[in-house]
Amino acid sequence: MTATQIVTTGHRAPRKKMTRKKWQTVIWFVALLAITAIVIYPLLWLFASTFKPNSEFGQNQGLIPLNPTFENYGTIVEGIGGVPMWRFFANSTILAVSAVIGTLFSSSLAAYAFARIKFKGLGIFFASMIGTLLLPVHVVIIPQYIWFNKLGLIDTFVPLILPKFLATEAFFVFLMVQFIRNLPKDMDEAARIDGAGHGRIFWYITLPLIKPSLITGAIFAFIWTWNDFLAPLLYLNSPENYPLPIALRLYNDQTSTSDYGATVTASFVALIPILLFFIVFQRFLVNGVATQGLKG
Amino acid sequence: MSTTETRRVTTAGRGGTRRPPHRSAARTRTIRETLAGYTFLLPWMIGFLGLTMGPMLYSLYLSFTSYNLFSPPKWVGFDNYIRLFTDDPVFIQSAQITLFYVLVGTPIKLAAALAIAMLLNFRDRGAGFFRSAFYAPSLIGASVSVAIVWRAMFNTDGPVDRGLQIFGINLGGWIGNVSLVVPMMILLAVWQFGATMVIFLAGLKQVPKELYEAAEVDGAGAFRRFRAVTMPMLSPVVFFNLLLELVGAFQVFASAYIISNGTGGPAGMTNFITLYLYKRGFTDTQMGYASAIGWIVMIVVAVIAVILFRTQKSWVHYSGDDR
Repeated sequence: MTATQIVTTGHRAPRKKMTRKKWQTVIWFVALLAITAIVIYPLLWLFASTFKPNSEFGQNQGLIPLNPTFENYGTIVEGIGGVPMWRFFANSTILAVSAVIGTLFSSSLAAYAFARIKFKGLGIFFASMIGTLLLPVHVVIIPQYIWFNKLGLIDTFVPLILPKFLATEAFFVFLMVQFIRNLPKDMDEAARIDGAGHGRIFWYITLPLIKPSLITGAIFAFIWTWNDFLAPLLYLNSPENYPLPIALRLYNDQTSTSDYGATVTASFVALIPILLFFIVFQRFLVNGVATQGLKG
Repeated sequence: MSTTETRRVTTAGRGGTRRPPHRSAARTRTIRETLAGYTFLLPWMIGFLGLTMGPMLYSLYLSFTSYNLFSPPKWVGFDNYIRLFTDDPVFIQSAQITLFYVLVGTPIKLAAALAIAMLLNFRDRGAGFFRSAFYAPSLIGASVSVAIVWRAMFNTDGPVDRGLQIFGINLGGWIGNVSLVVPMMILLAVWQFGATMVIFLAGLKQVPKELYEAAEVDGAGAFRRFRAVTMPMLSPVVFFNLLLELVGAFQVFASAYIISNGTGGPAGMTNFITLYLYKRGFTDTQMGYASAIGWIVMIVVAVIAVILFRTQKSWVHYSGDDR
């Protein structure tokens, strides 16, 4: 009697624990699924709404279009303000790709100087660079605009691209400095003994080794430029120069009541490149953010 | 004898000729290093002087002038600042809603990021998927597209309104509601918790398991373990992200612009400071006045940073190898 009791309790205790742990896992999973649903819902809604005809927007706020149609896509291909959609796409692409090139070029050079060269003034410059990480744009945009205006560069891409070639975004410099500092120095020293200067060490040793941070930097530079609204709003006047976000503003302004379908569809189409980037590089992005300890 | 002499000569010769070249080699090396340093830093330096430092100083000067881009700046002393604080209720309101948005929204966002990071850290199965799903909004949250979606979602009879009606809550549209539009903007910021969450999650994974086990042996409950182990270990990461997020929150622009169609309405409740600066500077071309707004933002950000750094000692814990 006592023996069986002991045996059963001895048998039961771990089973109870097991089921408790299992239950916890189930609750955990359900809670996370619920959060996922809330987080992803706006995007799902956007995607689903691109297939709703205009007449449906007032009534049907759910996920499933009652009369699915592709007409919105047909409408937005024509563009807005006399400029076809592909033009906005092309402008956005030119800006984003130039930003990637400029950012990688200028930030990696600066990062190498900060991390690997000892020279007078290094400390002050490095502190200044970190300081600009916290600098609000409010204090620089007005003079920048005035000067670019004086140079006759309004309504060109120069004010949008030039800063990228001058490493004004400290985030990228900092990202690469951290990465270079974590690299072992023995290869640099071996190369120096063989007579290589900083130029060759940078090009043949450092750059190949910091490829992960270059890729992370490239992705962020692309996405941030693609999304940027304030700078193109300030500098670009004529519709044929507009990148997507400014074109979307036109939809948003003009069609707040009339062509809702086109507005929503154009919004979705503008996000496609970023969503693709995200799907392809998600591990990379997420791990990059996690290891760099910086925001995304 | 002759050998010692030659030896002496050679050593003397060596010592005499070798030392100066050695020193000058070191000097040429420092010069070369400095030259290389400045060459590599050249693009950054041009940008720093021409697009950051220069503009900062110039906008400081402009903030004491009246300037409309066409006639030269006219010195007005502290007029702009005095006018902002005594004679511009729109600015006061803009400053108030911006501070509310920054000081309330950012802590909520970080708390959400931390809570969900801890939840994710609880089990490993599927955590990678959730991590990626939660991260996505951070990449697109500041875009015009998302602002348009937000506007549609929170409109009268929009999905949010309809959804709440199911639970018997009739709030109407959030977009036109003076008391709901700022909370809605905060929701949009909180929705982008993912990037911070990923950073916190990485920090949580680095907390040594022994610390939790030791705390459990000592009889610490879940809350005590959080306060005594998790928070101290994570505090440097929290500090750094709090600082960056606060500065970032001051710059909210695209969503406010799109949601209010550039007006800052309803009743100025989305007229965040960046939008107000934009309107004053670029719509009304009051460059001096707008520069003064810019410098006030700069000073407020600096004050917040200094306060954070000052209080750092009491809550941020650096365990040596953390950084």
